[in-house]
Amino acid sequence: MSPQIAGVLQLLALIAALALAYRPLGDYMAGVYSSEKHYRPEKWIYRAIGAQPSAEMRWPAYLRGLLAFSAVSVLFLYLLQRLQGALPGSLGFSSIDPDQAFNTAASFVANTNWQSYYGEQAMGHVVQTGGLAVQNFLSAAVGMAVAVALVRGFARSRTGELGNFWADLVRGTVRILLPLSVVGALVLVACGALQNFAGIHEVGQFTGGTQEWNGGAVASQETIKELGTNGGGYFNANSAHPFENPSPLSNLFEIFLILVIPFALTRTFGRMVGSLRQGYAILGTTAVIWLGFTALMMWTEFAHRGPAFEIAGGAMEGKETRFGVAGSSLFAVATTLTSTGAVNSFHSSYTGFGGGITMLGMQLGEIAPGGVGSGLYGILIMAVIAVFLAGLMVGRTPEYLGKKIGTRQIKLAACYLLVTPALVLGFTAVALALPTPGNSMTNSGAHGFSEILYAYTSGANNNGSAFAGLDADTQWFNTTLGIAMLLGRFLPIVFVLALAGSLAEQQPVPETAGTLRTDKPLYAGLLVGTILIVTGLTYFPALALGPLAEGLAS
Amino acid sequence: MTHLPIGSTARLIGAGLRALLVLTLVCGVVYPLAVTGIAQALFEDKADGSEIKDRSGQVVGSSLIGQRYDLPLKKGQETPGPDLKWFQPRPSNGLGTNSVNTEYSLLLSGATNRSGDNEELIRWVRDAKAAVVKDNSTATYEVRPADVPADAVTSSGSGLDPAISPAYAELQVHRVAEQNDLGVEEVEDLVAEHTTGRLLGFLGEPQVNVLELNTALRDLIRDPGGPGR
Repeated sequence: MSPQIAGVLQLLALIAALALAYRPLGDYMAGVYSSEKHYRPEKWIYRAIGAQPSAEMRWPAYLRGLLAFSAVSVLFLYLLQRLQGALPGSLGFSSIDPDQAFNTAASFVANTNWQSYYGEQAMGHVVQTGGLAVQNFLSAAVGMAVAVALVRGFARSRTGELGNFWADLVRGTVRILLPLSVVGALVLVACGALQNFAGIHEVGQFTGGTQEWNGGAVASQETIKELGTNGGGYFNANSAHPFENPSPLSNLFEIFLILVIPFALTRTFGRMVGSLRQGYAILGTTAVIWLGFTALMMWTEFAHRGPAFEIAGGAMEGKETRFGVAGSSLFAVATTLTSTGAVNSFHSSYTGFGGGITMLGMQLGEIAPGGVGSGLYGILIMAVIAVFLAGLMVGRTPEYLGKKIGTRQIKLAACYLLVTPALVLGFTAVALALPTPGNSMTNSGAHGFSEILYAYTSGANNNGSAFAGLDADTQWFNTTLGIAMLLGRFLPIVFVLALAGSLAEQQPVPETAGTLRTDKPLYAGLLVGTILIVTGLTYFPALALGPLAEGLAS
Repeated sequence: MTHLPIGSTARLIGAGLRALLVLTLVCGVVYPLAVTGIAQALFEDKADGSEIKDRSGQVVGSSLIGQRYDLPLKKGQETPGPDLKWFQPRPSNGLGTNSVNTEYSLLLSGATNRSGDNEELIRWVRDAKAAVVKDNSTATYEVRPADVPADAVTSSGSGLDPAISPAYAELQVHRVAEQNDLGVEEVEDLVAEHTTGRLLGFLGEPQVNVLELNTALRDLIRDPGGPGR
């Protein structure tokens, strides 16, 4: 069997697994966020917080709870790293410097998991397991809470109430992410992923002598890292490390974990707005983009254009033998079209076009299917933009899901859209104009430019993957990327919640013969076009200077 | 947004802190401990790193982690030369050095992150290809540059790739047989035994685990015709 055919079969197996999980998981999540019941352990948690989980919140209150929780999380994670040297259970690792600790705290709370540190030699058990892995759960639960609040905005009328932030946070964590993670972690251990608290110990070697291993709770962190679309590896090599991703089976399973919640959330959306077909239209849109990107990636990586790859006879630089080109390409597309940023192969050593595909995936706003929660609210914003454009063409007031898209709504959607391009292009321009940031580049020419463009694209879109030749552990990159990650995460959330509030207050408009049917393939096609054109126009000049130039030259 | 008195902000921050602490207890303490407990009970060997032993019972490493099979460093050399007695793994040019907590010399991972048009990478690939051709050609067996598979001349993502492609393993058979005074067929059989196809016929790529292969090779050299053959 040729590697190409094996790659297609792996893709088909992945699609089958995702399809099997789609209905039960989507319906289950809709139930979780609609249920009136509080389980006993949840009541204990609410009592500890001092929250009344059934009290409805309007959008400003929901936002305040979210921001207070996230601010505390950043501060806590920062202090944990700064105090690492003094904390027991840290393997004797020293404390992290202030700029890097800020960067990492911002990164994990913003669901980005950009890492300017060297996992296995910088972070001990306490920070990894008690700090970083915890934010893998909580930042994902925050993302889902925002998505559900927006869906409630569409589903509810004449109220302005969006649910209770604390209840959504706790339920997303304990009812969705935790049970799935326990099962997922055991699957990964069965494949060979590490799970112990052995600390640093010596292991005999073939040619004599020993090697020092850093043990840890790897599988449990690896699972939530993929499931919560976080991406921060226990080890420097991330999911290319055999202890994180030991076999071809674990590889496909991890790709499944990355995609399963974001895709299933479109079903949750359809359920909660009372029309499964609306969910299918969104699913179709995201699936088409994902499949298209996957096909393009497989094509360019198997074609292996580029001087070094042509001499080598294949694009295997930065890729593992057990995954091959196909298993690496599948992973690379899934991780950059969601907000994951885990890598099982190193994007900087992809072909010119391959690197461009990973970048464009993030620049689309990570909506196909996108991060856990953030993917759904991201694509719903694009859906609003698409009905607005359609409305302009026929001169009608646009509506989506029975809600008028008026001046306030379109302003909020437009503000959402502008945040990340402004951060990405602005910071990239400044970094290139200044004399020192360029010293961090490993490669020169178009690829060197791509390293910096990739970094801010990844940071502002909360992805976390890198063209990792860039030495990002400098004060400049730690600080500016930290700022880009926080603004890229929380400013859009402000606009989403404000939009949700304004939608929930509206009275629904009755559907007429002139209403644009947003549950049809035609509309899904319009949505795909809108996404590609809006992003294409925004980023085309920058992409032309980097990956396109590199790809066309080879 | 509504005006917020300071007391209410402080209350909110307090609620956020309590939420973080209680959820840290759940996700950062209970969850990893529970998973570790179950994993250690069900899959202890794997959870501890899939260590493997040779026939004498000596631990030789992990079946998941690639190793180097090099000669001792000679004076004036920057990098040690390969010990051609053993099957050679993929290059690992991206591995860093222990730079943060230097009291340890930890197992590190990393990729080169060089692009396809990077001069250094082009040179590494060229040099590696020339070396593979030279090292593996024997009096009776000639390796042509076109025979060298991509994995033999490129570094992996982790730098710890435990496997090579069957093509690269087969290419090394004649050299390994010559170096160890073994028959070519004997070594070929050994490679065939340690070649695994795609899982379920379509998952991943065919591969040869280098540490397992070399361990079996050494067992064979030490005790020809011993158990396991």
